[in-house]
This record gives sequence, structure tokens and C-alpha cells, in this order.
Amino acid sequence: MSARRDRRRQAIPAAARVVPPSGFTARLTLFSAATMAFLAVFALAMSMATGRIADRWSDELARTATVRISAPAAQMAAQTAAVLAVLDATPGVASARALTADEMQVLLGPWFGPDLPLASLPLPQLVEVVEAPAGIDAEGLRLRLSAEAPGAVLDDHARWRRPLVEAAARLRLLAMVSLALITVTTAAMIVLAAQAALAANVQVIRVLRLVGARDQFIARAFVRRFTLRALVGAAAGVAAGLVALFVLPAASTADSLMADFGFSGAQWLAPLAIPLLAGLVAWGATRASALTMLRGIR
Amino acid sequence: MGRGRQGQGARVIELQSVAMNYGGGELFADVSLKLAPGSFQFLTGPSGAGKTTLLKLCYGELVPSAGQVQLFGQEVREMRRDDTARMRRRVGVVHQDCSFLDHLPLAENVALPLTVAGRAADAAELSELLAWVGLAPHAQALPPQLSGGERQRAALARAVIMAPDVILADEPTGNVDWEMSLRLLTLLVELNRMGKAVLIATHDLNLIRAAKSQVSARVLRFQNKRLQVAGADL
Repeated sequence: MSARRDRRRQAIPAAARVVPPSGFTARLTLFSAATMAFLAVFALAMSMATGRIADRWSDELARTATVRISAPAAQMAAQTAAVLAVLDATPGVASARALTADEMQVLLGPWFGPDLPLASLPLPQLVEVVEAPAGIDAEGLRLRLSAEAPGAVLDDHARWRRPLVEAAARLRLLAMVSLALITVTTAAMIVLAAQAALAANVQVIRVLRLVGARDQFIARAFVRRFTLRALVGAAAGVAAGLVALFVLPAASTADSLMADFGFSGAQWLAPLAIPLLAGLVAWGATRASALTMLRGIR
Repeated sequence: MGRGRQGQGARVIELQSVAMNYGGGELFADVSLKLAPGSFQFLTGPSGAGKTTLLKLCYGELVPSAGQVQLFGQEVREMRRDDTARMRRRVGVVHQDCSFLDHLPLAENVALPLTVAGRAADAAELSELLAWVGLAPHAQALPPQLSGGERQRAALARAVIMAPDVILADEPTGNVDWEMSLRLLTLLVELNRMGKAVLIATHDLNLIRAAKSQVSARVLRFQNKRLQVAGADL
């Protein structure tokens, strides 16, 4: 047992061994880093999920447009044909077709019921436009439509897209704020643990100063220890978080947040940055605490 | 061990008209002191006279309330913290309380000045040093396992491992019997013969008398808040 302890001690560089192993500050750092990393995984997953949903909704709406033709019944067919001809000649339009009466019935059914007398109502004719990936010049198309079919109005879905994108952006912002709060809280916890460790080792620090240790040397011994603990704790927290995400039950609704919650493809690598960030935070927080405390000892 | 830095200036430590105040009261004033290479001096006086404080001024742990302290030619108030650290590698201090890092074995504690300077201890030289202070069998013992005398000798070994120019010892024989006191004194006299400046704070007049039979020592005494050269009564 003693031989094993000796071997373990010898594996640590001499400069790091000058700080005695401490109990509760080590556990506090490990536990807080692990907990915060676990929460960070979920905040990151939330951020990425909302990003993906926003992109998808925005993309789906952005790739379609609708032309609404309001014209007297006698002119409806002619204006519809004119609109289709304009769309056919418009760059960026992949396809365009006028909705049939049955499709109109399906669209209006949820609001007016299944027995809607469609033929007797002065409804506008809708033309569905599917855009090519390059997209269309909406303003140019509007001008051409107004010249060829005065009753045609182009709706490129911008007014639907904007609130969805805004909502998703706010969710993403919330997730980012959560990540920032987690980072700050981790730093605060590590500062507290580091200060406790420094205070408990003030006699050690005095001896080190007495024999000619520079502040950087003393700070490095503490920084190394807390950085390693934060790294190990955060790695454990990330592993637990990823396992929890992995076993999360899948939601059936395709467009729900739950269905998209988690990471996709290369995004699974993103949580690996959390331990590195925790290590960086621990390094900075411990170094600042140590150097501040050391200034009080000559 | 014998790598002294003699010839780097006539004085390694110099205090000029130094005063020290604690909590509004004057501890001592108008104290001047010069530690030249190869000198051997005792600092004596009643408890609370300021012996330990004076030693702390000599290695920059305290700055004086008035006057000047020059350590290796540099005014202590103008030293940056790294300068202070580097200066302390040239001053070996044996503290009254012999503080060690209790979690490290004796050998690592003795080699600590080398470790903090980024140098590896030569195992043979370290063994030789421990043997010189009679602690070779205790190399792997932890400091709390050592007796008072062993701790004093370990502190002396730690103080000299960097081959410092000055040895400052604060009551180095305070916790040991007379036989051990003489042994420690002999070690300090040996170091002085290697060219080190030695300043020992003590109230043990027998130790001073014993030293004077071995080496030419000057005795300084705190009296009425002033430092005076002691006369023949010592």
C-alpha cells in the first residue's frame, strides 16, 4: 500500500508535489466540474437542437412560395395561365402549379368544415411555387406578375418565417446564456475551492517563499492540481450527459423539440470541448486566486 | 557545499539606520549592521527585543519602518517579488520553528531550495549533505517523525544546499540539548570557514562563549531598543 503510494507520488513532478494532497477541495472541484459539465451537455444539446429546427423550418418555408390570384371569375383562367407562364420563364423556379379544387377544399376544411361549397365562393386561385436551390428574385417576380396578371400577389412566406426564426434564435440565446452561467458558476466554485486550498496551505506557501520559490512556481503547483481535477470531473460529467442523451426516449412528433433534442452527426464531438473549457476555466480561476493570495505573503 | 560566492562585494547584507515599529510602538531604531563575506556574528538580547525581526529584515520578509536595507546591493523596497525570491536562494535561513513540508520526506525537504529553483538534486551530493548533518538514516522519514534536534539539523542542511552566501539562524539551538547545540555550532563554524557570512540570533550565552573559542565572532546586543556591540563580558 505504502509502496503503491510512493510510486504514485514519484509519478507526479517534484514541483507539483510541494502542495500536499487535500481532501474536500479536491472532491468539491471534481464534483462541481462534473455537475456543471453534465448540465453543459444539455445546454449545448438544446442550443444545437434549436439551431437545427430553426434552419429546417426556415429552409422548408424558404423553398416554397405562393401566388394568390384574385380576379373576376371570367378572368381567372386567363390570369392563372399568365401567372404560370411568367413563373415558367422565371429563373430559380423549379416548378409551379395551380392548386386543384380538391386541394383547396383540404386546405380550407379545418376552418370552414368539410361541406364547404367551394364553387359558390369567390375564392382566389392559389399557385404553389417550388423554388430551385438558388431561389427566386421575389421583387422582380412581383413586378412581372403585376404587369401580366394584375390580380396576382406573390407571398414568399417571409412573414411566416420571421417569427419562427426569431423564436428559435431566442431559444438558442437562452441555451447560450445557460452555458455562460454554467461557465461562470464553475469558475466561482473553483475559485472558492482554490482559495480554501490556498488558505489551508498558507504555511506551505510561507516555507516555499522562504526557500526562494517564485510566485509563478507556487501558483503552478496549485493550478496544475485544480486544472487536472476540473478536466477529470468535467470529462466524467460529459460522459454521463452523453449517456443520458443517448438513452433519451425518442418523440414521435417529427417537428417537436424532443424529436430533435441531442446532437446530430459531427455535433456529437462538440461536448468534447466542455472538459477543455472546464480545464481552461480552472486554470484561469486558480491562477488568479493564487497570484492574488501570494501578493499578501512576502 | 563549498561553492561560496566570495568577492561579490564587500557586504552581502547592510542595514543603515533601520527602525521598526509594530502597532504604533517602536521595536528598535537606528540599527546599522553589515554582514561581510566570511564574518561570524551573534545577535543577542532579551526576548521580544527584535532579534527575529532583524533577521526577517535581512532576508526581505519584512521591510523597515525607516532606514535602508540593502540585500546584495539592492534596496529591499525596490525589489520585485521575483527579485526577492532569487535573493533568498543566496540566503540560507534556519528558522526557530523549523517549518517543513510535512507531507514530503526529509530528503525532498532538504532539496526543496533546488526544486523551487528548477534544479534537480544530485543524489550523491544530497546523501553527502544528509550524512554531514547526521541524518542519512532518516532520508525517507517525514518531518513530524523527527526529533527537535534532527529538525534543527535538517533545517541547516536545507539552508546550505544552495551554497548560499549568508546563513541566518534564529535560535538554532533553542530546542536541543547542549551536546546537540555544540554539534550544530560546529556545523555553522564549518560553513563560516567555507566563506559564508553567518548571523545567529540567540539568547544562549554559553553557545556564544563556545563559539568564540572556535571562531572570531562579533556579538551584537539589543539594549534599550538599540543595537550595540557587546563588550568583554561575553
